[in-house]
Amino acid sequence: MCLAVPMKIVELKDMEAIVELGGVRRSVSLTLLTEDTLQVGDYVIVHAGFAIQKLDDDDARERLILLKEMLELA
Amino acid sequence: MKYLDEYRDPALAHRILDKIAEACGERSELAAIMEVCGTHTMSIARAGLRSLLGENLRLLSGPGCPVCVTPNDYLDRAIAIARQRDAIIATFGDMMKVPGSSSSLYQERGNGARIEMVYSPLDALKIAEQNPLNKVIFLGVGFETTAPTVAATLAKARADGVKNFFVLCGHKIVPPALFALVNDPELKLDGFLCPGHVSAIIGSRPYEFIARDYGLPCVIAGFEPLDILQGIWMILRQIIEKRGASVEIQYSRAVAAEGNPKAAAFMEKVFEPVDSIWRGLGKIPASGLAIKEEFGDWDAARVIQADVGETREPAGCICGMILRGVRLPMDCPLFRKTCTPENPVGACMVSSEGTCAAYYKYGNG
Repeated sequence: MCLAVPMKIVELKDMEAIVELGGVRRSVSLTLLTEDTLQVGDYVIVHAGFAIQKLDDDDARERLILLKEMLELA
Repeated sequence: MKYLDEYRDPALAHRILDKIAEACGERSELAAIMEVCGTHTMSIARAGLRSLLGENLRLLSGPGCPVCVTPNDYLDRAIAIARQRDAIIATFGDMMKVPGSSSSLYQERGNGARIEMVYSPLDALKIAEQNPLNKVIFLGVGFETTAPTVAATLAKARADGVKNFFVLCGHKIVPPALFALVNDPELKLDGFLCPGHVSAIIGSRPYEFIARDYGLPCVIAGFEPLDILQGIWMILRQIIEKRGASVEIQYSRAVAAEGNPKAAAFMEKVFEPVDSIWRGLGKIPASGLAIKEEFGDWDAARVIQADVGETREPAGCICGMILRGVRLPMDCPLFRKTCTPENPVGACMVSSEGTCAAYYKYGNG
């Protein structure tokens, strides 16, 4: 039930966005996010027709690098 | 970054598995970690992680499947309402086949009831706008991930003046259930893999009591295989390094310590905490959400009378114990015999996130 997927914003209009994953596009509500921080190209977590969180790209990249380093060193 | 493939790299997964085996080797006793969330249960089963983790580590599934923990009286009420002439029930698909005391929504639809499966509560609101002569009742089931979407939909219904839209509120919140679990003398746990998307809303602070008062490590993890493995590794490291239990966020690309304050504010505006009954866990104080009086005109429980018969739980089904992590699906005499996904006896076999459904579909691993 808490299944939610990362989707890319391809279009922004007011409180809605068109998001895409693997060629599938749909409209989602941005009511639960602070919309002025969102840009086309951002990824959001989508659940039940709402974007519930914006994904932090810098954090994601850093964490993956860190994980690889930890696996080498630890 | 696409946020999916990067976290499915088999070579990296095997390297983390080696680290987990190494960490397990440093302890003589078995470590029991509960994955609280049903979406984790399904990811773990799909990737076959249980069998890869070795014998020193036991992953127990928790009560994190909302459909599974919803007691029969909720479903019986939904079915009683569905039988009313002017009612249209709108629900997430997972609820359709769950057996109530004497019927299911799926069966009722076969008998002519109007039951629509929707992807979003907003779709249910649309159905209400398109059918002004009907009452449209959305079945609000789900944890903190889902509750804000329903809260926002109720706020929209009020703002748009939609008077024939109602929510039958069965929402529950996770931290009080974890409180009940850590106080369960039958359950011996060494750590929690905390739910990623619930935490995207509530953040990490609501779990702090578990680490502080019970000394159990908590790691909030994402849902891809690498996320889950790294989360388990982080829990084991906390156990081995004995630096004091804490709440760590593995899934930091989506979870901030403070969660999503705007979504949490929507929940607070529309809902208030109430005592709530969980299948398997019984009544847990302040673990459910009810619609506030201010939104009472949209509350199906207040507005729509329903003649609910006597509620019964299915005989022989041990869903309750499975949801508490004290039994496995294989321990149930009905599992794979009379209880299958096509003909489920208990809720854990119906929901796509139920523990029994996961074990049935992907085996024990």
